[in-house]
Amino acid sequence: MNASPLVSLPDAEAQCRVLADLIRPGLTPDTALVGIFSGGAWIAGRLVELLELPDAAGLVDISFYRDDFAEKGLHPQVRPTQIPFDVNHRRLILVDDVLYTGRTTRAALNELFDYGRPAAIELAVLADRGCRELPVAPDYCVWNLELPRSTGLILSRDKAGRLFWEVEQHHA
Amino acid sequence: MPNPQLNAKGELTHLLAIDGLPREALTHILDTAASFLGLADREVKKVPLLRGKSVFNLFFENSTRTRTTFEIAAKRLSADVINLDINRSSTAKGETLLDTIDNLCAMHADMFVVRHAASGAPSLIAEHLRRMGHDDIHVVNAGDGRHAHPTQGLLDMYTIRHFKRNFETLTVAIIGDILHSRVARSDICALTTLGAKEVRVIGPRTLLPVSLANMGVRVYHDMEKGLRDCDVVIMLRLQNERMNGALLPSASEYFRHYGLTSRKLALAKPDAIVMHPGPMNRGVEIDSAVADGAQAVILDQVTFGIAVRMAVMSILNGKK
Amino acid sequence: MKIAIQNGRVVDPKNQIDQIADVFIAAGKIVHVGAPPADFMADRKIDATGLIVAPGIVDLCARLGGHLATELGAAVAGGISTLVCPPDLNPPLDEPERVERLTQEAADLRLARLLPLGAITQNLDGERLAEMAGLAAAGCVAFSQGKRPVLDTQALLRAFEYAATFGFAIWMQPQDFYLSRDGFAHDGEVASRLGLTGIPVSAETVAIATFLILAADTGVRLHLRRISSAAGMDMIARARAKGIAVTCDVGIYHLHLSEEDIGFFDTLARFDPPLRSAADRDALRQGVLQGVAALCSDHTPLSHDDKLLPFGEAKPGATGLELLLPLALQWGGEAGLPLMDALAPLTAAPAAILGRDDLGCLSPGARADLCLFSPDEPWQVTPETLSSASKHTPFLGRELLGKAKITLVEGVIRGR
Repeated sequence: MNASPLVSLPDAEAQCRVLADLIRPGLTPDTALVGIFSGGAWIAGRLVELLELPDAAGLVDISFYRDDFAEKGLHPQVRPTQIPFDVNHRRLILVDDVLYTGRTTRAALNELFDYGRPAAIELAVLADRGCRELPVAPDYCVWNLELPRSTGLILSRDKAGRLFWEVEQHHA
Repeated sequence: MPNPQLNAKGELTHLLAIDGLPREALTHILDTAASFLGLADREVKKVPLLRGKSVFNLFFENSTRTRTTFEIAAKRLSADVINLDINRSSTAKGETLLDTIDNLCAMHADMFVVRHAASGAPSLIAEHLRRMGHDDIHVVNAGDGRHAHPTQGLLDMYTIRHFKRNFETLTVAIIGDILHSRVARSDICALTTLGAKEVRVIGPRTLLPVSLANMGVRVYHDMEKGLRDCDVVIMLRLQNERMNGALLPSASEYFRHYGLTSRKLALAKPDAIVMHPGPMNRGVEIDSAVADGAQAVILDQVTFGIAVRMAVMSILNGKK
Repeated sequence: MKIAIQNGRVVDPKNQIDQIADVFIAAGKIVHVGAPPADFMADRKIDATGLIVAPGIVDLCARLGGHLATELGAAVAGGISTLVCPPDLNPPLDEPERVERLTQEAADLRLARLLPLGAITQNLDGERLAEMAGLAAAGCVAFSQGKRPVLDTQALLRAFEYAATFGFAIWMQPQDFYLSRDGFAHDGEVASRLGLTGIPVSAETVAIATFLILAADTGVRLHLRRISSAAGMDMIARARAKGIAVTCDVGIYHLHLSEEDIGFFDTLARFDPPLRSAADRDALRQGVLQGVAALCSDHTPLSHDDKLLPFGEAKPGATGLELLLPLALQWGGEAGLPLMDALAPLTAAPAAILGRDDLGCLSPGARADLCLFSPDEPWQVTPETLSSASKHTPFLGRELLGKAKITLVEGVIRGR
């Protein structure tokens, strides 16, 4: 199948602004953001600025929580998870670039609970591409699309630090 | 001769010695350890990487301290840990080392952490597992005879990197009983692999092996000369049985010539760090003023040791 | 029984023969090499076309373990017609009756000829002299302690004096007890790297020095077993040049392997004395080449479990009876030697050490011990191809060239 519906990909930076607008109405004083390494962390950084939040965003690397660790091993460049605030009793918004099978979200939730007991966790993503394998749904989502498993949707960052979308075909 | 630590794909499948491992393998372990270090500050200190795995601590030689650090590391990875202190009596019953291994394989072990008094015992176990087709069981050498103590070597490298960043500019002195020290062998291999500028060993001739020069080190018998301009000073433990007169006349004469005092440490660079694999003999190889002084990083070594052992265990278990 | 061995390439180092010729045997002795003697009517003809016809190999050291029949069978399978067995058996060969029993048992098997060494001291304790004359009368060809030491230098001097009294030869393995105590590898680069307890070269040279001095003082005929170092070989060569009656041998594995072959704790490469440096190995090759040393198999039967241990706990030694010939041929090939020179350390040289001109040669009147072998036949060393009960060798799985086809002892085909 060709990637024809994706000939012109949306502007990721503009999508970040839309996502901030979606989140803004529900903000409370104890809301904090946690981005999933790497794309989610970039977006969370944008959102902290756009929403003028007092706390920097937390960063989770789910490498230690992956359910495919036994098959794939440890990624050579694991980033230490950094949560610069106490998660207990906070309202957290978990930020990721693409929601796909839901496994990454599950791993990130598991990891967050090892830091304490948040009051609530919501999920914000730029894109939801379907193909879910777990009962996970986003609370905030800018872009809904259907992609076959053979197509990868990747958020990248150029030299100037601007976010943009890329599409990759996997050959079985 | 193929390196028995690597599988056909060149991946680390056992950790038997630093010797023969490429620089990338060492830095991968150190980098991974860095990410585990943060876990200690969390409410839940565990990650689920080794959930459902059985790690057997096989200590044929007593060492509560080393065994404990492996146990903590395995438990922080959510593994089930079984400690077996196998003293001489069970081998006296006629069960050989490999009989013991076969039995534990039948209990579905996933990893053996082995401490043994004989050099090469973990290599023998790894070779046996290969012969028996147990490619999915991993061996970590927790110290074998005089041969190697690779996780200690790695945690020493982690400590040095933590405090000194770059190996290329460093002069490192290892002092004491090199001959009987598996820690010294592992440190020497790791330092030369990581490109340390100069590795020195300092000790009396009775405590040095014969062909050190081939291992890429400079030999000093005079501690004051050897310490000059060092960035890192690694003291080794002097075992009690070496002090009985056969290799050294007395602990006090040893301390006079090879014990680390504040006066001697002043010959090294002012920001030199002092390391020791523990347990220390205060007043034999190291003076208390140095052991408890500002330049000592001995307790940091212990902390880093947990993260390094977690890194090793998770890297070994993450390969199929 | 008269036998003619026809059309083979006869190689007899002692008599400097290397030609296609026939060998004629009568009453268990060599009659002639060359054209058929007048009136010689062979009862049996053996066609040796394409084979080397050499004197039967004389192996200066083979341990037989508990399998006398199997191991003597392995000897003839390897072209060995005579082997010398050290006295440190359990119980040791320190009583004439024990020696008689062993030699009788071996003779009844009608395989290779077994020549025992007698114990120098009672129970090999290194202190009280054994009945050397009685042991000699029972068949001991020389006296030794095997691998057991004589710690008391005065006892050693007395033993040398007593042996010299009767003209007996003393065979010692030069390894200082204290310098080699607890050690199990050459005290060199590999032992330093692997953390193996070393045995320094001085363990050998100190012992050689002691033995040479006492041999010179007493005039005893001294044979030094299993030389492992360049320094040791050099001391012996110098002593011989000075006219001291000393000979020596080298184990065949020490001609091919060095400490490097230990690799990652390969227990198959554990030997006593230890494999030393490549430079030592090269000096041993030179010593054998120059006729200073003979070769032996140093065959050591071991059980499977003996090698399945950490390096320092594993037992030293390897199976050797069937590898002695091909490994000697390999050495000869690598050194670019004529076949005759490669066979000398297996035949003429060990026979001379034993003081036997009826062994290790094809001289008329000598015992008709022969080894007929195919020099270029490849064979793989596997537990199945070895007839010895002991299968352990660093050459396991390797392909070697040279296979003994027929072994005769006293004019009779032995084995198979």
